[in-house]
Amino acid sequence: MNLLAVDKLTGGYGEADILRSVSLAVARDEIVVIVGPNGAGKSTAMKAVFGLVSIRSGRIDFDGADLTGKRTVEIVKHGICFVPQTENVFPTLSVEENLEMGGFLRKDGIAEQKEKVFELFPPLKEKRRQAAGTLSGGQRQMVAMGRALMLDPRLLLLDEPTAGLSPKIIGQIFDIVQAVRAIGVAILMVEQNAKQALAIADRGYVLATGENRHEGRGADLLADREVAELFLGG
Amino acid sequence: MELLQVLFYGLVLGSIISLGAIGVSLTFGILGFANFSHGDLMAFGAYVAFLVYTQLALPFWLAFPAAVAATAALAILIDRTIFSRYRESPPVISLIASFGMALILRSAIQLIWGPETMRYDTGITLAERFMGLRYQERQLWIIGGALALVVLVHLFLSRTKAGKAMRAMADNPTLARLSGIDTERVVLWTWLIGGGLAAAAGIFLGMDTRLQPEMGWFLLLAIFAAAVLGGIGKPYGAIAGGYIIGIVMELSTLVLPTEYAPVVPFAILVALLLVRPTGLFAGRST
Repeated sequence: MNLLAVDKLTGGYGEADILRSVSLAVARDEIVVIVGPNGAGKSTAMKAVFGLVSIRSGRIDFDGADLTGKRTVEIVKHGICFVPQTENVFPTLSVEENLEMGGFLRKDGIAEQKEKVFELFPPLKEKRRQAAGTLSGGQRQMVAMGRALMLDPRLLLLDEPTAGLSPKIIGQIFDIVQAVRAIGVAILMVEQNAKQALAIADRGYVLATGENRHEGRGADLLADREVAELFLGG
Repeated sequence: MELLQVLFYGLVLGSIISLGAIGVSLTFGILGFANFSHGDLMAFGAYVAFLVYTQLALPFWLAFPAAVAATAALAILIDRTIFSRYRESPPVISLIASFGMALILRSAIQLIWGPETMRYDTGITLAERFMGLRYQERQLWIIGGALALVVLVHLFLSRTKAGKAMRAMADNPTLARLSGIDTERVVLWTWLIGGGLAAAAGIFLGMDTRLQPEMGWFLLLAIFAAAVLGGIGKPYGAIAGGYIIGIVMELSTLVLPTEYAPVVPFAILVALLLVRPTGLFAGRST
């Protein structure tokens, strides 16, 4: 039983369609990665799930609810949270305040959820009073994910979480992604570092020019010569 | 001694500018446009206090909150009727609309209360002295009142959920929306606080000098300079910027003829934009 099922989605921003009949699915506790060349519509596909793209046809189901064309706030309430690629923290707010803003829609349990996030990302606990904008790239990414986890989502959408980070930090980020999955949150992410991402992913989708090209288990896609040559840079 | 005296006057003027600059900075941070009608909101607040205190002869402790409430309500009304239409438009549209609003407010004040300068209290109050420092009791009230309001604003911004949401939205409006923050509610809070503080600034300005319809408009440049100095969109920077501009304006009277004081913030603004266009405190928290 899939948690998220995107079925033959077509749409974009304004007139031109960026996505052309894209389908993808995420099961519970699964890490799914979308890879593909620049301009393939990877981020657009993920943003469509989050209600940030106008959808012309197709359908988005999440845990039995139809989310097609729903507003972002509604989608958040259903248990999907999104970490944008850039500008994904509130720079002048402290780490703790960033988390509180992530939990804005919660009526209670903010303190407990905050502790859960600190357990997942111990460095943040030490720096809880520090402004998020002063943190290193890796720690800032932790704040960004921590903020998104404050609503206790069942699905986390990550838009290129390793973009612009050093190789050492990239490894850390993928460790974090696996740690997040371990607490029962499914993950759908778009990644440029396709090889490393596919290595930790359960399944992957290769998109090109707004269409599905390949899909399969992460390891299988890595081993597929055509995929490797075309989309993973050899 | 003369220096200390000038510093004291600078503190009085700085208090007034700071209160105005917080509102300008918040509206810029959250709505993305420079509100040219902010000075005239200040004047409106000053005149409402005049109505309640001087014309209706009610006590000042009643006039002050009445003016603050009326101005905050007016700010929200203006937003609902005018600015809310232009949320999705380029900021320059709101800026021009605020310019128009400034003219409307100023003219309305003139129609209701007339163009003459007026005072809250008639009669002459003699300056008192403390260790050679000349001061008037009302100036102490201005400094103390502004300080109390600044502390209240700080508590609101740092302790309450609405205040934090406001800072979050000034930081990153897109992420605020993605987090499920009700951005229209934040806008409402912004006008409530910005308008209320504008009224306080206007009343203090009226107490320090006198009332006239252009009183807020004349101070607007100094207020903008303070907001920019503090890194526009950052309320704490605006407070610091306000005191700096006020003190430098008064200090300038030691070396320049008094008539040049209004030019000083402009000079500071130009110098700042050349040297540190993102504000004095940029880089510290972002």
